[in-house]
Amino acid sequence: MRRVVIVGASAAGLAAAETLRAEGFGGTITLVGEERHAPYDRPPLSKQLMSGAWEAGRLALRDQAALDALGAEWRLGVRAVSLDVAARRVTLENNDGLDFDGLILATGVRPRRLPGRMPAGVHVLRGLDDALAIRDALAAKPRVAVIGSGVLGTEFAATARGLGCEVTLVGQAALPMARQFGARIGEMIAQRHREAGVALLPSTQVLRIEGADHVTGLRLPGGRILPAELVLVAIGSVPTTGWLAGSGLDLADGVVCDAFCQAAPGIYAAGDLASWWHEGYGRRLRIEHRMNASEQGAAAARNLLGAREAFRPIPFLWSDQFDVKLQSYGLFPPGGEIEIEPDAAAPGRFVALCRVEGRLVGALGWNAVRALRQARQRLAGALMADA
Amino acid sequence: MRVTIEEDKCCGAGQCVLAAPTVFDQREEDGIVILLDETPPDDKLAEVRQAIRLCPALAIKVEV
Repeated sequence: MRRVVIVGASAAGLAAAETLRAEGFGGTITLVGEERHAPYDRPPLSKQLMSGAWEAGRLALRDQAALDALGAEWRLGVRAVSLDVAARRVTLENNDGLDFDGLILATGVRPRRLPGRMPAGVHVLRGLDDALAIRDALAAKPRVAVIGSGVLGTEFAATARGLGCEVTLVGQAALPMARQFGARIGEMIAQRHREAGVALLPSTQVLRIEGADHVTGLRLPGGRILPAELVLVAIGSVPTTGWLAGSGLDLADGVVCDAFCQAAPGIYAAGDLASWWHEGYGRRLRIEHRMNASEQGAAAARNLLGAREAFRPIPFLWSDQFDVKLQSYGLFPPGGEIEIEPDAAAPGRFVALCRVEGRLVGALGWNAVRALRQARQRLAGALMADA
Repeated sequence: MRVTIEEDKCCGAGQCVLAAPTVFDQREEDGIVILLDETPPDDKLAEVRQAIRLCPALAIKVEV
């Protein structure tokens, strides 16, 4: 194998490139990224960058010297438009063709949008350019409406509220982040947001966006209008697989891979895009979290080089909201049984364990990092003897 | 080797403690990294490199 092409130049693609070099791969590596930016970190977009605590430069995943040391060819600001599996070729939007012996797909996800043309002031948040535009708009202290009460919407609501904006969190779900962590944790998150002055509109469908040139509000059922000058649409994301249509790869949910992150011989996928068979859980997973991007990028690269190691991580995510540091390991599937273990020594801190049919499958820490790490060891033992 | 950390970048994920438990720990109150050993023995280099690779906040550096 002489030529590896990596499509997607964010955390997963970068980890793949670095791992190829760390494992001794001496051939050519070409990284293709649709954004013009060198690899940067996304979690701070809704936190430190949005709050103004950090400037954009701090988000760089590597400094220039480290990027240069990779000895890779960078094709940034250009999109891949098709893959020919049989001919071993990726084609870019400028018609350049990249021939490969090995390929790693890491094109991530894009935000799901509301249908129709949107007036100014309606945003999605995925990339650095999105975040900078929202940050600039927040400086005028607009009234903020967030559509979607998942992790991103809830976290952004906390940041905007922290900046002194009037914020309403509108969700179709009855409780924020309930799909991630269940109703009990969702109620605690809702409570923390109410205490901080965020208005919550749960179980609410947005009928339309009001405003001609610039958004003026959201139309809600019952003829009600929620006034807002800034709207964040945070209703989930969809895998960036459009360019792979017609490639013959299985795109049922992202790029469908086996337990080794392989989608086809010599073709692997990693990060938000990749759905793979997790042997520890005995089910298919596709994870849109930062840690998984790095771990899976590295795993895909090792397997491309022939390691044949099943990828079976313990999923990890974190979210910072007001003074709450939420961290979780594993999964919180619907119907899981939640048990809360309060920290006797520290009121307000706890670990929540999630079990399915008596088996520990997930653990969440609420300002309880050390206790959660201990819970992680129990989870590792329950999930996979060798983790 | 010499290990350095940037506390204000740390997000408290604790991956470094899992990777190199003799080099890193976490503060109980907020999970921020504590550097236990600034100059660990050479046989810890692989663990430290693993911690650097896993750290989602890029808060760890090593000079060899």
